[in-house]
Amino acid sequence: MQLPLLSVRRPWHFAFGTLLAWPGLAAAQDLTVYTYSSFISEWGPGPIAEELFEAQCDCDLEFVGVDDGVALLSRLRLEGGSSPADVVLGLDLNLVAEAIADRIVVPHGLELPPLDLPIEWTDEYFVPYDWGNFAFVYDTEALEFPPSSLRDLVENSDVEILIQDPRTSTPGLGLLLWLRQVYGEAAPGAWAQLQPRIVAVTSGWSEAYGMFLEGEAPMVLSYTTSPAYHRIAEQVDRYAAGEFSEGHYTQVEVAGISSTSDNPELAGEFLMFLLSPEFQAAIPTTNWMYPVRLPPEGLPDGFTPVPESAALLYPSETVRDNRQAWIDEWLTAMSR
Amino acid sequence: MANSDVALATARSKSGAIGGLLPGGLVIGLLAGLVAVSVVGLLLAASERTGRSIWTDPYLWAVLRFTILQASLSALISVALAIPVARALARRPDFFGRSLLVRILGVPMVLPTIVGVLGMVILLGRNGWLNQGLEGLGFSGQINVYGLSGILIAHVFFNMPFATRLLLSGWTTIPSEHWRLASQFGFNSGQIFRLIEWPMIREVAPGIAGVIFLLCFTSFAIVLTLGGGPPNATLEVAIYQALRFDFDLQRLLALALLQVVICAGVMAMLTFWARPVATDMALHAIHDRPDRVRVLARAVDGFWLALGALIVLAPLAALGSRFVTGPIFKVLSEEAVWAAAVRSLAVGLTAGCISVVLGWGLLSTARWLAVRRGKLWAARALETTASLSLVTPPLMLGAGLFLVLRTFTDPFALGLIIVVVVNAMMGLPFAVRILNPPMAQVARRYDRLVQGLGMNPIDRFRLVDWPLLRRPLALALGLTVALSFGDFGVIALFGTGQTETLPMVLYQRIGTYRIGEAAVVGGLLIGLCITVFAIIDRGVGGRATR
Repeated sequence: MQLPLLSVRRPWHFAFGTLLAWPGLAAAQDLTVYTYSSFISEWGPGPIAEELFEAQCDCDLEFVGVDDGVALLSRLRLEGGSSPADVVLGLDLNLVAEAIADRIVVPHGLELPPLDLPIEWTDEYFVPYDWGNFAFVYDTEALEFPPSSLRDLVENSDVEILIQDPRTSTPGLGLLLWLRQVYGEAAPGAWAQLQPRIVAVTSGWSEAYGMFLEGEAPMVLSYTTSPAYHRIAEQVDRYAAGEFSEGHYTQVEVAGISSTSDNPELAGEFLMFLLSPEFQAAIPTTNWMYPVRLPPEGLPDGFTPVPESAALLYPSETVRDNRQAWIDEWLTAMSR
Repeated sequence: MANSDVALATARSKSGAIGGLLPGGLVIGLLAGLVAVSVVGLLLAASERTGRSIWTDPYLWAVLRFTILQASLSALISVALAIPVARALARRPDFFGRSLLVRILGVPMVLPTIVGVLGMVILLGRNGWLNQGLEGLGFSGQINVYGLSGILIAHVFFNMPFATRLLLSGWTTIPSEHWRLASQFGFNSGQIFRLIEWPMIREVAPGIAGVIFLLCFTSFAIVLTLGGGPPNATLEVAIYQALRFDFDLQRLLALALLQVVICAGVMAMLTFWARPVATDMALHAIHDRPDRVRVLARAVDGFWLALGALIVLAPLAALGSRFVTGPIFKVLSEEAVWAAAVRSLAVGLTAGCISVVLGWGLLSTARWLAVRRGKLWAARALETTASLSLVTPPLMLGAGLFLVLRTFTDPFALGLIIVVVVNAMMGLPFAVRILNPPMAQVARRYDRLVQGLGMNPIDRFRLVDWPLLRRPLALALGLTVALSFGDFGVIALFGTGQTETLPMVLYQRIGTYRIGEAAVVGGLLIGLCITVFAIIDRGVGGRATR
C-alpha cells in the first residue's frame, strides 16, 4: 500500500531516480498518463489498458485522473513546464489546435494505420483513439415525447436537462459548439432560453450522468452510444438517445505526447498501443464510444450502429480562436 | 521548541519589552507575510496577460450580485428563524430535553460542511425524503436542491442554530428588573416582545446577521456542490473556477479584489458598530416571566422548538439512513479511502497545532500589553488581527500562493502543505476565541505573582499556565484539528489522486452521485472527527484538572 502523505513526489522521484539510474540498478521505467476520471474508473478502459500495455512494455503505467477533458488541458497549462505527464489522453478534436498552440504536446512522429473515422486524420501531434456523437440521452419512462431537434429542445420543449460545463468538460464544450452550429450568432439567446430548464451544470460527464440515473432530470447530455451501455452491460432497455434533425456534433478523442515527458519514446509506444486491435476492440464496451479501427467482426451485438449521416464539426483552429469568447458569451447568457 | 523558548528567556531577561512583544509580533509578521505573498502573487500573475478590461465583464457582476443576494437572504432567514426558536428556548428554561436540544443546535457548528451538503442532497434530491413527502401530500411543485433554494436551505441549516445560540445568550443579558416590572404590570406576550425583547434583539441581531452574511458571502463547498451552474457562484467559487477552469488570471484578480474590499468593509462595520455578542454560552436561569403559562404560548413555543430541531435533525437523519443501508464494507475496504483519511489526519493535526501555537503567541503578547503595560486597545487590536483570515478567505489565499509557487515548482506537489498553512490560518480565530478569556483571567490573577517571583517563561508555562489552561488548550486544539480535518476548501485547488483528503473523496462521491458510498465516507469522516476530538480533549485536557 502506497501512502504518499505529503506529496513531495518530484524531489523523491529525483532522489530515487538518480539512485536507480546507477548502472546495474536500472528498473522498469515509468509512464504517467493524464486522463479524465471516467477513463480510469473500474468499468472504464483504464484497467484494461494498464494490464495490456504493462504486459508488453516492461514499464509501470500510472494514470492520473482529472475531472474531464477540458479541465485536463487547464491542469496541464497550470502545471506548465513542471508537469509529470508523459501522455495526455482525453482531449478532443476541439482542443487540438489550442493544445498545440500552448505547446502542451510534441509531434508524435508515428506512422498511423488506416483509421475508420468520419473525417480524414492528418494531425502530427495527436493520435485519435475513439469517437462518438453527442446526444441527449433520456429516460423513456420519464419522457414520452423527446424533442426532435436541438431547436425543438430550446424553443418548444419544457423538458429539464443536465449538462456539463464547457469550461471543464468536453461534452459541455461540444454542446456549446453544437448550439453555435445550429444558431450561429443567435446562440447566446438560445442559451438564455434554455437556461431555466437546466437543472445543473456539472464539471464532468460522470457527475451529470450519475445525477441523471438517480432521476434528478429526465434528460442528460451524453452520447448516441450511451444507451448501448444499459442494453449490453445491464440488460436494461429504458434509456434512449434523442435523434436531432440538425445532425449531431461529433467528438474525436485524442492522445498526445506531453512536451514535458522525459520518455517520449515510451509515450509514442503507448500511443501506438491505443490503436492496437486488442485495445480498440475493448473501446466499445468500456468507454462506450466507436473505435477508430473497427474490429473485423464488427461492433458488439446491441451496440449503436455507426451513423451514416454527415456530422457537425468545427475545425479545431476555429475553436482555438473563439473558445474564450464563446465561453464568456455563454457565462453571460446563463447569468441573465 | 526548546531552543526558541531558551532564546525567548534570554531575550526577556535582557529586556522585558522585546520578550513581551516578540511572540505576537512574530505571529503578525507571519500572517501579514502570508497575505502579502498571496496578494503579490495575484497581482503579478494578472499582469502577465493583458487584454480585455476586467471591470466590464458582465459575468463578474452577475457573480457578485448572486453572492450578495444569497448571503443576504441566508443571513435574514437564519436570524428570522432563530428569533422565535431562541425566544421559545428562553421562555422555557426547564422542559425535559432542553439541554439536549441546545446541544443538537451545536452540531452544525462543528459538522464538516461537505457532510452537511451530503445530508441536503439526500434530503432534498428529486427522490429525497422532502420531495417524496411533498408528492405524497399532493404537491406537484418540487424543491430543487441545486441552485438558490438548495444553497439557502444548506446555509440556514448551518447558521440558524448558530444564530439561535447567540441570541439565546442575548436573552440572558436582559436585566432581571425588566422581568419583575413585566410581572408587576401584567404584560402580555406581545408587550413583552415589544418593550423588553425587541430592544435587545435590535441591538444584538445586526451583529449576528453580519457574521452570518460574511460566512455565507465566502461560502465555498456548499455553493460549489449545490450551485447548479453559472452564475450561481460565490466569489470564492468563481475564484476557484477562474483558476482551475479558465486559467483566467485577470478575472481571478478582479474577483479577489472585489472580495477583499467587501469582506474588509463588512468586517470594519462589524468591529466598529455591532455590539459584541456574548460568546459565553452559559445557560443562565431565565427569570420567570408572566407569559409562559398561557396555552397558546406553550403551543407556539412547542412549534418553534420542533421546527428548530427538525431543521437540524432531518438532514442528519437522512444521512444516517443512507449510512446504515450503504455499502459499508466495500467502502471501508478501499485503500484509497484510508490513505485519504491518514492524509486528512496529518493535515488536521499539523494545522491544528500551528493554529494553537500561533494563537498562544498572539495572546501572550496581548496579555502582556494589557496587564503589564495597561494598553487595552493595543491588546484588543492584536486579538482582532487573528480574524484577518476572514478578509482573505481560503480560496483567494490559496490561489495567490498557487500562482507564486508555480514560478518555482509544481504547485500540485506541495498541495497538502499549502492546505496545512491555509487551514492553520483559518483555525486561528477559533483558537484565539477559546483561549482568550481564560488566558486573560490567568494573567490578571497570577501575572504579578509570576513577575514578583522572577519566574522564567519555561517555569511560568510549566507551573502556572499549563495546569490552569490545559483544558481550554485541549478544546482549542481539538476544535481546530477537527475543523481542518473535515475542511473542503483549498484542497479543491490542489487536490490530485496523490493528495486526496477524506473530504475530497466525499466531494467526489457526491459529485458522481454514488450516494450510498458517499454516506459511508461521510459517516467515517464524522466518526474520525469525533474520535480525534475526544482523544485530544481527554489526552491533552486531562480529566478534572480544575
